[in-house]
Amino acid sequence: MTDITAGAIPVAARPPRRDIGIKKRYAAEARFKAYGVAAILFGLAFLAIMLGSVVTKGYTAFWQTNITLPVTFDAQVIDPQNKRDEDPMILIKANYDKLAQAALLAKLGIDPAEKAVVAKTKGILSDSARIVLRDRVTADPSIIGQTVEVSMLASANIDSAFKGQIDLSVPEARRKVKDQQVEWMKQLASDGSLAEKFNTGLFTYGASSRPETSGVGVAIVGSLMMMAIVLVLALLIGVAASIYLEEFAARGRLTDLIEVNINNLAAVPSIVFGLLGLSVFINFLGMPRSAALVGGVTLSLMTLPTIIIATRAAIAAVPPSIRDAALGLGASKTQMVFHHVLPLAMPGILTGTIIGLARALGETAPLLLIGMVAFVADYPATPLDPATALPVQIYMWANEAERAFVERMSGAIIILLAFLMVMNITAIVLRRKFERRW
Amino acid sequence: MPAYVTLVLVLLIGLASFMLGRFRARAQAFSQGAPKAHSRPPYHGWWAALLAILPALALLLAWQIGSGAYLRDQVAGQLAAVSGADVNTGPTLVNSLANGLLLLDPPQDANPPVTMEALAPLLAAKGVTLASGTQDFMIQIAVEANAARALLSWIGASAALGLAIIGGVYGLSQIAVRARARHKVERFVLASLFTASSLAILTTVGIVLSLLFQTITFFGQVSPASFFFGTVWDPRFAAAGSGGSEGQFGLIPLLAGTLYIAFVALLVAAPVGLMSAIYMAEYASRPVRSVVKPALELLAGIPTIVYGIFALVTLGPWLRDISAALAGGAAFIQAQSILTAGLVMGVMLIPVVSSLSDDIITAVPQAMRDGSLGLGATRSETIKKVILPAALPGIAGAILLTASRAIGETMIVVLAAGVAAKLTANPFEAMTTITVKIVNQLTGDLEFNSPQTLVAFALGLTLFFVTLAMNIGALAIVRKYREQYE
Repeated sequence: MTDITAGAIPVAARPPRRDIGIKKRYAAEARFKAYGVAAILFGLAFLAIMLGSVVTKGYTAFWQTNITLPVTFDAQVIDPQNKRDEDPMILIKANYDKLAQAALLAKLGIDPAEKAVVAKTKGILSDSARIVLRDRVTADPSIIGQTVEVSMLASANIDSAFKGQIDLSVPEARRKVKDQQVEWMKQLASDGSLAEKFNTGLFTYGASSRPETSGVGVAIVGSLMMMAIVLVLALLIGVAASIYLEEFAARGRLTDLIEVNINNLAAVPSIVFGLLGLSVFINFLGMPRSAALVGGVTLSLMTLPTIIIATRAAIAAVPPSIRDAALGLGASKTQMVFHHVLPLAMPGILTGTIIGLARALGETAPLLLIGMVAFVADYPATPLDPATALPVQIYMWANEAERAFVERMSGAIIILLAFLMVMNITAIVLRRKFERRW
Repeated sequence: MPAYVTLVLVLLIGLASFMLGRFRARAQAFSQGAPKAHSRPPYHGWWAALLAILPALALLLAWQIGSGAYLRDQVAGQLAAVSGADVNTGPTLVNSLANGLLLLDPPQDANPPVTMEALAPLLAAKGVTLASGTQDFMIQIAVEANAARALLSWIGASAALGLAIIGGVYGLSQIAVRARARHKVERFVLASLFTASSLAILTTVGIVLSLLFQTITFFGQVSPASFFFGTVWDPRFAAAGSGGSEGQFGLIPLLAGTLYIAFVALLVAAPVGLMSAIYMAEYASRPVRSVVKPALELLAGIPTIVYGIFALVTLGPWLRDISAALAGGAAFIQAQSILTAGLVMGVMLIPVVSSLSDDIITAVPQAMRDGSLGLGATRSETIKKVILPAALPGIAGAILLTASRAIGETMIVVLAAGVAAKLTANPFEAMTTITVKIVNQLTGDLEFNSPQTLVAFALGLTLFFVTLAMNIGALAIVRKYREQYE
């Protein structure tokens, strides 16, 4: 037992540290965390690329190339027989294209007799030039015989070329803008008669087969009409339904059925609401196709569950003490709800409503089915007139082949996103400002 | 008198009843020696207004519907009496003719020219163009219809106004200090609240019935077996009225495309959404979360048409060019492909997955985390071995819910997936979906008796039931799971 004689006690070599895989585990931890970061970055990067691509493609749509020319309103061209007093149609039917072309030729210093050169100048001015001139003349016939500076739109191709969107290194035969036209364009630009202006037309025009005279004005009016209908219908019905479910409904089969229904409707694909609108409102009730009324009612049905869910949450957030106090002072249940609970829940209800409206504003699929994919050039006067909506207009432009329509489409997307941003920011401000914590 | 004028007048009578009722109730309540009033004066006003408005509105509505049906019947009867009239299109033509006549100036509108030749220019000057099938004898019918319509609307309007006045007067006469006006008004309010909430049921019933009705008509023309099990989709758009050209309406290629694209979308959305939810819930600091979370939720706020356009204009061509560069020649990824549509849809669904799973992950009790961390597990081990297993049913429900969103999504696939209905396993090719075909079949000319139009409703019904089943299943799973820790 007492063998410990040989010198000092040997120091036991420190046993090698048992490998419990701590390094591996920490590495796994770091990897896992990196996956999380990567997932978030993927989402954010996609968002940035998508918005970036829309903005870079679309911001140019807010400027439009205009050509300002001194136009001589030649009585010989407009009204050669001097009969305009007897037949006002002469002023409408006159050959304004010729006036516009003459002004352009004079500016460029081309001899009208050289037919080959003259033919090439076609396609510099937009076809809408004649409408501009006609409106000038019909508004004030005394202009005939004078020479006036008139600002007209350039054609979509010249517009694209001037914005540098057309690749001029492509062989001339394969592009729509010829070298000669580019020369003229530069010539006009150098003396300032051809220049980019802010594109008010984008906000005022309706659908058109010419990119330079198409805009989202009509679509915005249609969308606003529908939003007004959704606001009235969905807010009224949604708030009424939520009040009933939160404050009055007795727990029972019927209430459960309603609740299950609302939750399911919230998850029904939007296109199904379009089928409902088509088959009930248009086919069965005989409402007109493409009308803002049908679109508004269909979108209301679609938005209703969202608004009901938000409103119920807002009403449920009002503390019971408020209710008890009102009832204790002798208010009836209806008075308690309408005088006390509802005003306190209002900010939450409005927030939910705005978010629901924003969803409805961006919704496209149901509107396609009820015939809003229509070529609507005129502003709808009533909700029963043919109308279109902003996202539907975007969809229609997406199906156009011309480069200039892609630009318009991206511009329209920017406008749509701007609308949505304003609505969402309003919702956030409302919530921040009026939300009470109990 | 147009209906809306009557409507406004009725509402004005209601307003007057309200004011008078309130005034009268107030006068009674404050008069000398009056007992304590039962209801406050506005309630008396409301009750009088309700009595004035509601019966009149009901009458007006019934009259509108009834007189419309009566007029249609009359016109159809007169058309049937004339030989050579087309009974199908005739009523529509007479109707648009009658509407056009109303726009004419006074001497002509009651006594228009008797031939279309003379009438058409007059109408054209007012911006009315008529279908070519409009014939001379229809003018007389249209004039008579207009006269009948005017007479009927006068009768209806006067009846409604009379009823409104009677109702208002009766309501006013009912006002007494001890009258229980508040109870009556509140009962009405409660009834309207209940009506509003039962609209949810009505909507569901409306969806099911309208889809079912059209689907049954469709199955009268195409057998259900060839719809549900057919592998060829070739509806062959028949020219209007030609009929006879039978198409093939096989659901299988559409269903396969729908599921394939949804699957690709889930391959993107599920891992990315879940990982970002985990990172947000377990790792991210408060400032990071307060910036990144709303930023990711922006993805949910962008309309799907914008995603679709991005796929169509930017991502699709980019993938095609990349594949062309990789293959060094022909592109093997088509611009419209399952990959493009699935990828973009997946990104759209990221916030759906992440917000749903965020709720579920934070619902796992803190004690479970603390226990695991206290035993020496790292955070990722805790997540993988404790939190995720505990949250698994909930996450499964969340993914099921997301899948139902993916199946019902329309605009992205309309723009990015293509329209060719074929069966393929290659994700780089185009495939089409149920929603795309619904849109395709229903844009353009519609004929509610041709299978080409009706098939869209059969597709819609299929879609409705598939998503409904998924939602109910998902909600059941989520609810069951939530109860576990409560």
